[in-house]
Amino acid sequence: MPGKLKAKIVAGRHLPVMDRASDLTDAFVEVKFGNTTFKTDVFPKSLNPQWNSEWFKFEVDDEDLQDEPLQVTVLDHDTYSANDAIGKVYIDIDPLLCTEAASVISGWFPIYDTIHGIRGEINVLVKVELFNDLNRFRQSSCGVKFFCTTSIPRCYRAAMVHGFVEELVVNEDPEYQWIDRIRTPRASNEARQRLISLMSGELQRKIGLKVLEMGGNAVVGYLQCFDLEGESGLVVRAIGTACTLDKLSSGSAPNTNTHTHPNTAPASNACNSPSKDGKEPVFGEDLLSSSGPPTPFRALPTSSSSPPPPFSPSKPCSRQSSSSDTDLSLTPKTEVSQSVRRRPGIFLCPSSPALSTCTLPLPGSGSVSCVKGSVLTATTPPPLSTIRSDSALLEKNLSFSEDLLLAAPGMGSGGSVGKEAGPLKTLLRQQTQTALEQRGASSSGLLINTGEFPFFTLTSFPPGFLVHVGGVVSARSVKLLDRIHNPDEPETRDAWWEEIRQEIKSHAKALGCHAVVGYSESTSICEEVCILSASGTASILNPRFMREGCLDIGIADHRFEEPSPPSCGFCHIPYDELNMPFPAQLTYCYHCRRQKVPDVLFTTIDLPSEASVTGKGCLIQARLCRLKKKAQGEVNATAISNMLPFMEYELHTQLMNKLKLRSMNALFGLHIQISVGENMLLGLASATGVYLTALPAPGGIQIAGKTPGDLSNDHISTIQKRINDTIAKNKELYQINPPKLFALDPEVFCGINMELNEELVGSPIPEPRHRSRLFRSHSESSDEVSELDLSHGKKDAFVLEIDDTDAVEDIHSLLIDAPPPSGFYSCNTEVMPGINTWTSGVQMFTSVRVFRLSNANLTNQGLNKIFTDLCENLLKSFYFKLRSMIPCCLCHLNFTVAVPEDELIQVAVTAVAMTFDKDQTQEKPAEKPITKGSGDTEEQLQFSMELCADSSLANSQPPSKISGVPESSNISSRAASVDYGSFADRCSTWLELLRLKAHTIRRGSVKTISSLERSSPLPDGRSRSLRSTRSFGGTSVTVVKMTPLSFLPGTRIIKYLGIINMFFIRETTSLREEGGVSGFLHSFIAEVFAMVRAHVAALGGNAVVSYSMKECVFMENPNKNQAQCLINVSGDAVICVRESDPEATPSMTNSAQSCSSETDTAT
Amino acid sequence: MAVELDVFVGNTTIMDEEVYKLWLDGYTVNDAVKVRMEGGVMEECEASADVLLSDTMDQYRTFQMCERLLHSPAKLANQLLFQITPHRQAVLIERYYAFDDAFVREVLGKKLSKGTKKDLDDISAKTSVTLKSCRRQFDNFKRVFKVVEELKGPLVENIRQHFLLSDKLGRDYAAIVFFANNRFETGKRKLQYLTFQDFAFCAGQLINNWTVGAVDHMVEDMDVDLDKEFLQELKELKILITDKDLLDQHKSLVCTALRGKTKAFNEMEANFKNLSRGLVNIAAKLTNTKDVRDFFIDLVEKFIEPCRSDRWTAADMRLYLTHYTNSAHILDTFKHQVVWDRYMGVIKSCIFKMYHD
Repeated sequence: MPGKLKAKIVAGRHLPVMDRASDLTDAFVEVKFGNTTFKTDVFPKSLNPQWNSEWFKFEVDDEDLQDEPLQVTVLDHDTYSANDAIGKVYIDIDPLLCTEAASVISGWFPIYDTIHGIRGEINVLVKVELFNDLNRFRQSSCGVKFFCTTSIPRCYRAAMVHGFVEELVVNEDPEYQWIDRIRTPRASNEARQRLISLMSGELQRKIGLKVLEMGGNAVVGYLQCFDLEGESGLVVRAIGTACTLDKLSSGSAPNTNTHTHPNTAPASNACNSPSKDGKEPVFGEDLLSSSGPPTPFRALPTSSSSPPPPFSPSKPCSRQSSSSDTDLSLTPKTEVSQSVRRRPGIFLCPSSPALSTCTLPLPGSGSVSCVKGSVLTATTPPPLSTIRSDSALLEKNLSFSEDLLLAAPGMGSGGSVGKEAGPLKTLLRQQTQTALEQRGASSSGLLINTGEFPFFTLTSFPPGFLVHVGGVVSARSVKLLDRIHNPDEPETRDAWWEEIRQEIKSHAKALGCHAVVGYSESTSICEEVCILSASGTASILNPRFMREGCLDIGIADHRFEEPSPPSCGFCHIPYDELNMPFPAQLTYCYHCRRQKVPDVLFTTIDLPSEASVTGKGCLIQARLCRLKKKAQGEVNATAISNMLPFMEYELHTQLMNKLKLRSMNALFGLHIQISVGENMLLGLASATGVYLTALPAPGGIQIAGKTPGDLSNDHISTIQKRINDTIAKNKELYQINPPKLFALDPEVFCGINMELNEELVGSPIPEPRHRSRLFRSHSESSDEVSELDLSHGKKDAFVLEIDDTDAVEDIHSLLIDAPPPSGFYSCNTEVMPGINTWTSGVQMFTSVRVFRLSNANLTNQGLNKIFTDLCENLLKSFYFKLRSMIPCCLCHLNFTVAVPEDELIQVAVTAVAMTFDKDQTQEKPAEKPITKGSGDTEEQLQFSMELCADSSLANSQPPSKISGVPESSNISSRAASVDYGSFADRCSTWLELLRLKAHTIRRGSVKTISSLERSSPLPDGRSRSLRSTRSFGGTSVTVVKMTPLSFLPGTRIIKYLGIINMFFIRETTSLREEGGVSGFLHSFIAEVFAMVRAHVAALGGNAVVSYSMKECVFMENPNKNQAQCLINVSGDAVICVRESDPEATPSMTNSAQSCSSETDTAT
Repeated sequence: MAVELDVFVGNTTIMDEEVYKLWLDGYTVNDAVKVRMEGGVMEECEASADVLLSDTMDQYRTFQMCERLLHSPAKLANQLLFQITPHRQAVLIERYYAFDDAFVREVLGKKLSKGTKKDLDDISAKTSVTLKSCRRQFDNFKRVFKVVEELKGPLVENIRQHFLLSDKLGRDYAAIVFFANNRFETGKRKLQYLTFQDFAFCAGQLINNWTVGAVDHMVEDMDVDLDKEFLQELKELKILITDKDLLDQHKSLVCTALRGKTKAFNEMEANFKNLSRGLVNIAAKLTNTKDVRDFFIDLVEKFIEPCRSDRWTAADMRLYLTHYTNSAHILDTFKHQVVWDRYMGVIKSCIFKMYHD
């Protein structure tokens, strides 16, 4: 009995009229937890009742505390007939179980009814008294923190990353139970909501137990999903990354307002904030902090003992695989007799994917295909090797990149990162070893478990964590659903996922990688067919943090082993070029010139903050529709699994073409979704394209006819011209002007490229088109340089062949994608590469569109067009609606597609629009004042001076960090307003940096003045905005900001209050009266937002980060005037304060605010 | 082949003020799209007609969902469904309760009943304000009327507090409520030249000086009903025209003061008795509800029109009324100075306001 839950019902307001006669309501409240129910008195004849009840006390197991929600039901008392329910509030009390999160839940909650929506509000107070249970056989896992955020949460540092945790629970879906025939829709909906709430509570508890077993205290990147399998049941599953997190002491917290300050949360600083340069500063800082908590790494003997780590990557790999093998044998694989085991698990690893849509006789293009995961054979579980025939069948070649092992010599010594002091390195090593000894054998027992899958749901990492990135690995599997007979034994589903994960793991291994990061899983269900998908990015993590079979990563010391420069190291191919399993085009890294890099890199993670990028990024989407015959059972499943590889291939081709068209060379945040419907399959791949400075410039696209003497030559040349124009235009649009780099320091560049340099230097201001040509030639020459590809040296000449009308269509559709209107950028990663100066304007939104296909005889082409238009129009709508925020960037654009019915296509998007300061994102800041001359406005002048100051700061900081000298007051005084640290990122080339330096020197005297000017006006403006927020809060509604990102620009998260994970059902039998389907869904989504905000506010928070809408299932029956919708949302409730606030004020105001709200409600 | 469902929901509710205006003005979605296209938004953001249509529909839906809250604006501030900045809330409310002068002129002084509501389509046709907009405005009047009808305290303050309106709009609503309650006749042809603002000003004068609230601050209906005792006392003023001596004395005092100061002196002197009778008779009859209703028409017929036909300037009017009022104080047999001042103060400012073309 280790917990006492106390609840108090204070008051209600805006209640609906329940008694028509008096136009009033006699309301009372039932409070239920587990099987115990309390009631308040009836408050007669009021729409704003004041119950002010006593404290209702529930004495319960902590296990129940974790599983069960507190259920508050508001009813209307009726003397003669049954009491009418007004609505309910489910309160998840999990956040109260963790000492570091919220201490009380208090606030106004919308009273929700599944038929009527929100009907008034109720003020509730909830507290928990928890007694410690030290029973080691306990089933509860109170105190384990959960985060949806897929990076180390700000205001924590990761002492250790333990690895992958997963769990799933199954149950019968109440909607499909026999009793559903006789109960009301309301009862059925409520049963479902309650069940799912229970199941996700149970799931969290079980995952928490696993984390405790592993020795962790938190789950980061927690991703929970529902599979509504219909007749066969309801599955709730979750994955996450177990970590040990240390809260940064509040003493160090104040400093976090300067991005560059050493005491900043290392992880947060390093990872996703747009504005970090996170390299050197963090190093120094970690050094300081690492002395605190013991970091129990069990590093590989090899790596820990030999300073320049010529680690043999094969070792960890083999070790891993062996451990997993044993695991496999341990886990009894239940035979899934009914399920069709077709596994067209393709893995696309385009670190150098030369995809050519060609039957054209490109000399041996991509013919040496690699380990290809796509298995087309529709038979039994296929080995990963039946490829050749398939690709022949496709007449197209998929080449997958594989991974590399480090070319050890170059790396170990070549470290341009000579910054770290040698002694420190050894010191740390010692620490590691001692820690390791301390930990001893006790932990080793657990290792087997944790090591099963070296997967990480994180998408951004502390610097140095990620050593190399191989490419995207993904696996799909088509299953036939069968009724879950015994809810207590979810083995079938477990086994399915186990298979997929094994596949992913082996793909990663085939790429020479020992880990998968940015890992996620998803399903698509239609009737009894289910596609399970998993994808991630194969990578090599710093070996320092690998234990036998698993990757235990501590952040403290790994970077001292990191031999390659952080800004390009992750691009370097991780494998031995002599043992490449497939031909890739490798060149020397354009950044450090020491290591080989592929020509293209695809990943599912966010752009590492330390990566250097040229120009801006942009959203790139590949969209595809494929018709499918209606079928049942196995036939259907077979048909689907036969189509999957083709779809993946085409999506991939589209992505590649669009990437080239934008003259970019890498994709981040790649997410490929394939949705199944009765008569079609939809595929949508979204990613953010960037030009990584370290990678070679992409070649252009060449159009070729079927035969050289084709009649339509004119036609071809016009298309070619259009493509070239587009490329040139895009280069300008995204500010991709890399040639400067070469012009600047040719001596570093290996002599072989001299020709290229001359060419570029010779034409200083090339015309756009001219430039594009240069690029092509450039990459050709670089191919020669690398001398890798004997047979297919011309791969860069990306050839699109027009052999039939389809191909023409394809090319046209390539060109359809309109760039965002000026002032807008878009991306699906956390932040836009190349933009660092976010201002505080944030607008999160969800948009849903359903398109009805009218006629049955549609072609694939027609469908594709419709689907593409649908997506494009959605984007256009967003730009239009958000035009008042210009300049602004749509970040984290998350598209979800579904085929809810035969002829419906549903697209749901959640994203955030963020404003930024346009001036400061200029690529060539130093040039601006010069060209504009003296007629400049003061603003502009000031701006240039700021940047000068910035640059000098950026340059001067590293040394100060290393010597451990705290920042000059100059920095911290101004730090709040701008991100200087990121300046180096912004300044994409050294040329600019140099220029700026010169500029700084010239203008040195002005520097301090400008900084002073700046510090004063900005905070003023912000405080004004805050005041208005507060005054609004005074009217009893707290403003709660929501964002799918892990941070809010201009603010600092000071506390995580717990995870928000809510599931709602809404149903109507008066669809027309509610404004039709759009009106219905519009108000439902608004209600969901309102309920999320209310829960966050009740926890004392003012923002939700990492918000996502995981599920939006919409069903309608217009003929019956009915519709139903299910929505599942999640996120992290946080308290954040403006960055410029001094530390004391925020916490005080916050506590004051929460206090006042408490007193308000208590009275 | 069509978009079957299309919604966009922002965490902070997005509202375009231009679309809001179109919605308030009662445009249909399609008409609103046309207006917007002509307005040139499309070029602004490379939008297409589809985009515009989708956006307009979304906004209309949002407004419709908000409308319920706008009916009791205080709720808008503490509802949870829409997150709207306080500034934006104020704009929404102010615009929602704003009205067309042309429309309000038509219903001013009419009973805010179902009967009047039925006539709205005629009013709509006459004023070329869309019927939808007419309904909204009418319902707003009625809603405000109903709420403040039963409240104690100053009328303008009550309206402002309950409907969170600006001072100006609050006063206008007070005038509308006051006119509706007393059913002042404003529709006669002779009154057509008067604008709503003229009436609103007069209403303000009446509310501030002639109602119960002008004397006692905590009476129900204090600002809505005229002070009965005062109206009764007004009968005493009759002495100014019934007593021959008094009338002559008054006339000579006024004429002495006016002589040489205005070109219209002769007309003033000639008309003095008529005009004075007119004003005093209005005062004396105000105890009858019927005559209260005709208050403005009487003012125009008995005073403004004769003066206008004699081509008095506004300055003449000012001069005349000032002396007319002040001279009464010098009459030693006239004992009703307080009532006289309370009456003439309002009459003076009303006539000043109403004396124009």
